Amino acid sequence: MKILVCISKTPDTTAKIAFKNGNTQFEDNGVQWIINPYDEWYALVRAIELKEKDASVVLHLVTVGGADAEPIIRKALALGGDEAIRVNTTKLQDSFYVASQIAEVAKNGGYDLIFTGKETIDYNGSSIGGMVAELLDLPYISLATKFEINGTTATVTREIEGGEEVNEVTLPVVVSCQKGVAEARIPNMRGIMSARTKPLKAVEPVEVEELTSISSFELPPPKAGVKMISPDNIAELVRLLHEEAKVI
Amino acid sequence: MVLILADQTDGHFKKTAFEALSYGAKVAEQSGTSAEALVLGSVNEDVASLGKYGVTKVHHVSNDALNIFDAQVYTKVIAAAVQSTEAKVLVLSHNNTGRAIAGRLSARLKAAMVPAAVGLPDTADGFVVKKVVFSGKAFANVSLNTDIKIISLNMNAHKILAGEGTAQVSELNVPVDVSKIKVTATNKVTGEIPLTEATRVVSGGRGLKGPENWKIVEDLAHSLDAALACSRPVADAGWRPHHEHVGQTGIAIAPNLYVAAGISGAIQHLAGVNRSKVIVVINKDSEAPFFKAADYGVVGDVFEILPKLTEEVKKLKGA
Ligand SMILES: Cc1cc2nc3c(=O)[nH]c(=O)nc-3n(C[C@H](O)[C@H](O)[C@H](O)COP(=O)(O)OP(=O)(O)OC[C@H]3O[C@@H](n4cnc5c(N)ncnc54)[C@H](O)[C@@H]3O)c2cc1C
Ligand SMILES: Nc1ncnc2c1ncn2[C@@H]1O[C@H](COP(=O)(O)O)[C@@H](O)[C@H]1O
Repeated sequence: MKILVCISKTPDTTAKIAFKNGNTQFEDNGVQWIINPYDEWYALVRAIELKEKDASVVLHLVTVGGADAEPIIRKALALGGDEAIRVNTTKLQDSFYVASQIAEVAKNGGYDLIFTGKETIDYNGSSIGGMVAELLDLPYISLATKFEINGTTATVTREIEGGEEVNEVTLPVVVSCQKGVAEARIPNMRGIMSARTKPLKAVEPVEVEELTSISSFELPPPKAGVKMISPDNIAELVRLLHEEAKVI
Repeated sequence: MVLILADQTDGHFKKTAFEALSYGAKVAEQSGTSAEALVLGSVNEDVASLGKYGVTKVHHVSNDALNIFDAQVYTKVIAAAVQSTEAKVLVLSHNNTGRAIAGRLSARLKAAMVPAAVGLPDTADGFVVKKVVFSGKAFANVSLNTDIKIISLNMNAHKILAGEGTAQVSELNVPVDVSKIKVTATNKVTGEIPLTEATRVVSGGRGLKGPENWKIVEDLAHSLDAALACSRPVADAGWRPHHEHVGQTGIAIAPNLYVAAGISGAIQHLAGVNRSKVIVVINKDSEAPFFKAADYGVVGDVFEILPKLTEEVKKLKGA
């Protein structure tokens, strides 16, 4: 079985969010970059677990990004995986463009299973997995909280409004992963050492038309400030929530 | 024409469907065109009554096969509906269904799509829609540069506007593929308000000390008709189910009221709740970072404050 895990690079969860160049670009000065948590903790770790259970599993990672994505993909390789492919482009603003690059890699790789994260914590799209699935004409199960495989059948629990649903599907399939699918891991020394020698291939992007563009960014208006209420006057809090905030 | 998917589950429209319809009707009004709804599968509600949210027509693909959700099958049907109705804008809810199909539809129709949209399109120069980015810490204005446009509307981002009116309902005949997915089980939390649909949420953190103390959180939630949530360590420790975990790596919510009890307000927690309209923080530490993001704050012990608050809410409701 061949698995492909989509890995993206995102700012650290504590990064200060600011913009530059007339609010058209993210201010990346001093920002620490990490593997998107959903990709690392859930998608990648689950794929590694599947490989640990069945040594014949071949695990590839793909990232679409410039040379600055190399440390991220190396870190992912240190967690596990056989080799990585980087599609060399810095055009990352349009999800369809990025998804088309991943689909191209997938078409040439003959994968039985493609994992993505639930969403990137910077763009919050939740869209690339579905795009890849459509471009490959494969089923797509999103927001998975459990993933099991038996022969060529995948059993996937996915989140639905107010609950969960268990789906069965025959491979190949694209699945987006979230909490529940696996538990985060820390790379060990052996992994870090062996990652240095694992193949990391850079390929050039295919030509694709971008469908969207980001015209500007903005920060939310600052909060007016907190109104403190005495713990001895909870009736006042309820009155304010009712009469001033009008939320109860 | 603006086509809106009125998403349903078990034959009932979701609350997010009414938000999407109200939003779509506004989009149509802005550009001087009509708004129409698309309903898939069998429903137990009066479909014509969707007219009160501003749609003039409802296209219903009543095929039973659509009672099972398969993103691939849904995508083909919706794309065919967009083409046969010649819709120029498609509106979906960015709920679990929307997240499964918005990307697929964009790829299938080669149509620009904006996920997690929070504003009406600005058409002064092109077609620009504001969306959430950086997990609620900022917004991006996304320009949709194709003829057909898809908007996946974030939850609680648009008010439900109900008026008078009935829509004209017609059956839409589009082919429905056989699903490759078999649904073998469905587990719904019954009797509780789903977190993502809730207008009020009461959330507990490590300050509650243990799962045995959750009764006071639940009591407050019941008194407010609120859903329950928790911080990540609480879910990780197994005190509460995973689906209640909110934050950067959990669920992102935007209710009208978020009550945080015994939660410190770490940046990753805030990322999931900072779009709540009103935030109430109860923490015994006056230096807790959450107070900076709050609208109302009480410095005090949750074990004292929560029961008092529940009592006062009940008094108000009883009045
Ligand atoms: C990459 C990453 C992603 C993360 N994602 C998330 C996420 O999605 N969601 C999330 O929640 N966290 C997330 N975290 C964890 C986050 O950093 C915090 O550790 C977590 O939110 C803290 O949870 P807490 O506030 O319940 O606990 P604590 O930080 O331990 O805070 C407990 C609070 O309760 C107060 N308290 C104690 N006793 C009482 C009492 N009797 N009465 C009143 N107040 C009391 C204390 O003063 C304290 O402020 C993430 C962390 C990382 C690194
Ligand atoms: N540049 C990228 N390279 C590889 N995979 C990506 C990239 N961007 C997003 N993904 C994958 O697609 C998922 C969803 O991303 P998004 O649609 O942007 O929220 C992520 O969790 C990743 O698994």
